[in-house]
Amino acid sequence: MEILQILWERRDFFLTCLLEHIRISFTAVACAGALGILIGVVISRHKKAAGIVLGIINVIYTIPSISLLGFLIPLTGIGNKTAVIALTVYGLLPIVRNTYTGLVNVDASILEVAEGLGADKRQILSGIRLPLALPVIISGFRNMVVMIIAMGGIASFIGAGGLGAAIYRGITTYNMTLTAAGSLLIALFALFSDWLLSKAEKAAGRRYGIE
Amino acid sequence: MNKVIEIRNCTAAYGENKVLDRVSLQIGKGEFVVIIGPSGCGKTTLLKMINGLVIPLEGEVKVKGESLADCNLVAMRRHVGYAVQGAKLFPHMTVEENICYVPGLKKKMTQENKKELARQMLELVQLPKELAARFPRQLSGGQKQRVGIARAIAAKPDILLMDEPFGAVDEITRKGLQEELIALQKKTGMTVVFITHDIGEAFKLGSRILVMKDGVIWQEGTREELLGKPRDEFVKKLIDR
Repeated sequence: MEILQILWERRDFFLTCLLEHIRISFTAVACAGALGILIGVVISRHKKAAGIVLGIINVIYTIPSISLLGFLIPLTGIGNKTAVIALTVYGLLPIVRNTYTGLVNVDASILEVAEGLGADKRQILSGIRLPLALPVIISGFRNMVVMIIAMGGIASFIGAGGLGAAIYRGITTYNMTLTAAGSLLIALFALFSDWLLSKAEKAAGRRYGIE
Repeated sequence: MNKVIEIRNCTAAYGENKVLDRVSLQIGKGEFVVIIGPSGCGKTTLLKMINGLVIPLEGEVKVKGESLADCNLVAMRRHVGYAVQGAKLFPHMTVEENICYVPGLKKKMTQENKKELARQMLELVQLPKELAARFPRQLSGGQKQRVGIARAIAAKPDILLMDEPFGAVDEITRKGLQEELIALQKKTGMTVVFITHDIGEAFKLGSRILVMKDGVIWQEGTREELLGKPRDEFVKKLIDR
């Protein structure tokens, strides 16, 4: 009840935080999504590079998020830019790994038939491999989105905006209700985004007759 | 006779394992050549050499007078139909999209053109036109195989390569498909190279039959020639089945 009350009373503050959170997450999702799929496509063609690249991304993933933010401050300063960079780097792992796995696991005999029928490399990638890998790529994308939104809460520790600001302020002023309200909004935002993506996934499934 | 496929002294290997040993073969326009032999005899490799999916280590392959070593393989393949066992339809495409795949590679087709082509091809392979909107997983084995043939010949190729295309369908469906293929080949005058391991199928379809063994063409001839003068016990056993 207290949470609802505080949400209502300070609705302008929460709305600003939420919009900022959406903006930061969305930018990071766009960057990580584009970069991640690109890297996934490239390493699916070069098996040797794949092990190295996935290894590096795995190692980055094991750095605690709070210390990654710390490392970035001397390089890119504080604020939203640094937050977006950190979230993008974290978001890479699920999307790169799933894009790669999805692409290399497409039935080789189907690819050979496409080649035998006269499709060139680009046509095989865009017309056969990517659509067939799509379910796996989308599931990685969903993973990434939820992770970025959730982790976005930490970004306010380096001066970025977003719902983390509400959590941080709650912690520093011993206002647990404020912290809980901020966390609740992050959770709801993450769940809502995931639900939206599950709809997109279903639509893609229907288009490609998978379901 | 106009030679559309010429294979000269071709050797192929997967790693250390030699699968074709200096094979030579000439196929004339409009011939229906059936290749038969036990598993691992190199018949699939020989077929894939014709559309450049396998590049010979030695020797030369010419299709319609052009050497594959110095022609554009992608462009060449679009004029050579290719159908394989189990059809291997693209599972994310409807029957219509599968059929229109090869013509669509060259230039984008309009919806009307696709619809019309799919209708024509479905009629040719004797499938109801209602199937056009279905996905491969909604088809029976025989229907898939027919769509696979339709996809292979939709761009009106003059050569059709078939690798055990009827291997995965039941006996009755197979009989029907064989008759239709014979009729289709008569109608279009296509050159067909067909792989099977069923001697009955080979005799029924082939105007010329190649028996392969251990990476070489062991014997070739018409049905009568093979029945009349089998080269040895191996061929005798094969045709006695």
